[in-house]
Amino acid sequence: MAAEKVRGVVMGLNGDEAVAWAVKQCNVDVVAAYPITPQTIIVERFSEFVANGEVNTEFVPVESEHSALSACVGAAAAGARAFTATASQGLALMWEILYIASGLRLPIVMAVVNRALSAPINIHCDHSDTMGARDSGWIQLYVEDSQEAYDTVIQAFRIAEHPDVLLPVMVNLDGFFLSHTLQDVRILPDEVVKKFVGTREPTKVKVPYLNNKEVPLVLDGETPITLGPLDLQDYYFEHKMPQIIAMENAKKVIKEVNEEYAKISGRKYGNGLIVPYGLEDADVAIVLLGSAAGTVRYVARKLRENGYKVGVLRIRAFRPFPIEDIVEKLRNVKVVCVMDRSVSFGAHGGPLFMEIRSAFYDMPERPIILNYIYGLGGRDLPPSTIKDIFMELLDIAKTGQARQLIKYVGVRE
Amino acid sequence: MSSAINIRELAKKEPKLLPGHRLCAGCAAPVIVKLVLLAAEGPTIIVNATGCLEVATTIFPYTSWKVPWIHNAFENAASTAAGIDAAIKALRRRGAFKHDRVNIIAFAGDGGTYDIGLQALSGAIERGHNFLYILYDNEAYMNTGIQRSGGTPLGAATTTSPAGRIIPGKLQHKKPIADIVVAHKAPYVATATPAHWMDLIRKVKKALSIEGPKFLHILSPCPRGWRYDPSMTMEVARIAVDTCYFPLWEYEKGTWRLTDRSLAIAKNPQLKKPIEEFLKTQGRFKHLLRPENRHMIEKLQEYVDAVWEDLLKRAGLK
Repeated sequence: MAAEKVRGVVMGLNGDEAVAWAVKQCNVDVVAAYPITPQTIIVERFSEFVANGEVNTEFVPVESEHSALSACVGAAAAGARAFTATASQGLALMWEILYIASGLRLPIVMAVVNRALSAPINIHCDHSDTMGARDSGWIQLYVEDSQEAYDTVIQAFRIAEHPDVLLPVMVNLDGFFLSHTLQDVRILPDEVVKKFVGTREPTKVKVPYLNNKEVPLVLDGETPITLGPLDLQDYYFEHKMPQIIAMENAKKVIKEVNEEYAKISGRKYGNGLIVPYGLEDADVAIVLLGSAAGTVRYVARKLRENGYKVGVLRIRAFRPFPIEDIVEKLRNVKVVCVMDRSVSFGAHGGPLFMEIRSAFYDMPERPIILNYIYGLGGRDLPPSTIKDIFMELLDIAKTGQARQLIKYVGVRE
Repeated sequence: MSSAINIRELAKKEPKLLPGHRLCAGCAAPVIVKLVLLAAEGPTIIVNATGCLEVATTIFPYTSWKVPWIHNAFENAASTAAGIDAAIKALRRRGAFKHDRVNIIAFAGDGGTYDIGLQALSGAIERGHNFLYILYDNEAYMNTGIQRSGGTPLGAATTTSPAGRIIPGKLQHKKPIADIVVAHKAPYVATATPAHWMDLIRKVKKALSIEGPKFLHILSPCPRGWRYDPSMTMEVARIAVDTCYFPLWEYEKGTWRLTDRSLAIAKNPQLKKPIEEFLKTQGRFKHLLRPENRHMIEKLQEYVDAVWEDLLKRAGLK
């Protein structure tokens, strides 16, 4: 926690409500959303804000998630600040438009309440939904608790709309573990948030056929800009490069926004990209995303109190993937256990594991890196299991021998 | 609405769809777009579903559109328009949109409307967004090479409903799409063709003067897909109306009216031509003219007659 003064009032909110409160305070012009468990509370609370005249937002209760994101694309292209929220099947239905939102460089913010994908149908948490969307050109931030869900939604608008970024942002919070669990959430004064997020300023572009005049890149009713044209083998690749660069730029911007936000709130999350714990002297570490990091940190603290050198690295930004920061924090650890809450069927380990292992390829010395897949379909990860994993890792650190590279934790045989 | 539509005055207006696009010779779509944009006064935003019109008018780095234009995807022209409508309402409330009114016009083909885009269209109409949806109906997936759609008529040969030895083209009728929109209680629904240009312009002007979701179903003859000479597009559109294959009407607040040539046919029934007159202009129906397929023509004629009779009743002309 930063030294800055903590501000705002404490409210008992669940993660979904915390998201709705953040959206309420961010002067969002258009919210287009469709209900899906466990995201529904976001839409319900926000509808109440609209019904009570507490926001100026135009709420579009669409007939599908595909239309939710399509409407956000239209709204953002017209210059509006746009938000939507979904989960699981809803995100899957949006798939096509995910790539269009990022390709058109529209700074839409979306909360995804992580939920397992069908079949079989399941409403509880895992990260399969957003992990599948990891290549869609969206920034992905995974939060640990409801306070962070609130804080991150506010930060997300600043990150998305930054001129060096202009990419859509997914704020991912664990279904039920966060979405439906009451927590004390500190809500900033409206005017503080309003000042922090500002208003969305449309990007200006020089258009060759308008005599290189600088015009706002929005559908304003008069400037004849063409958004989303056919773009073939002679230009498509060039148009992907700025998207790649913007994603790289986002690393710096996420860090800056994290620092700046600490000044208004007294809260910050590591360096914005990663949140380390105990890694200064750790022999072994668990790396993971989302709400389970809190439990893992709790277990690690207990073990450290008993002299065990264990650490935790929570990855907050999965896209862009903070490879340098991760390598820097883990390079002196002997055994790293990457815990994935999703499966990449047929791949050599979970998505987070593949990225982390690849990050260390160029290092002359690297830790033993293992992959433990856990929590599919909302399966709990209790402290006792985490303790067992840490003890196992310490054992591996001692012997230098791991029997199994990829393990499935907490599943019945 | 008061000023009469005058071709001399219209010709002086600046076109909003510029030359250089790659639509086929004889394609009705650019004619339709030009007429619509001539009718639309003031600030305008175009949403274009994926399809011939979108790909052939915007190949980067070129564009034919002299109005703000967006293409999102195939099935979501209506929801994209809905988002724009919502944005403008919100922006206007905070003083960030300077115009008092703006025309939001979505163009989509039959594939993007009858089939893959029907859900988004239905939702946007139900929510009452203020936009004009224009279906330019060339009666098949022309952009991908003439595959049958929900808008393809009975008996038409397409690449996925070919006229084979056993099956004589498409076995189903065209979906009554405009009736489906009317059933949503949209404030204004009408049909038009580019050949009946004055009727089309009047309908666009009227639609844009009405608040809420409006729907215009425009027949868009396609020389490649319908197999006729590119010089015959307007002729084919005219005969479609003369045979009552494609009647011209408008629906406004519960009232049906026949317009233009269709009104003339209603008043003078001997002007109504048999469906063969329409079929024989196009290669896609060639196989229907063979004796063994006579039953298909009869079936189509019965259908056309029934729809026409029903329309006369709705319009209070029977």
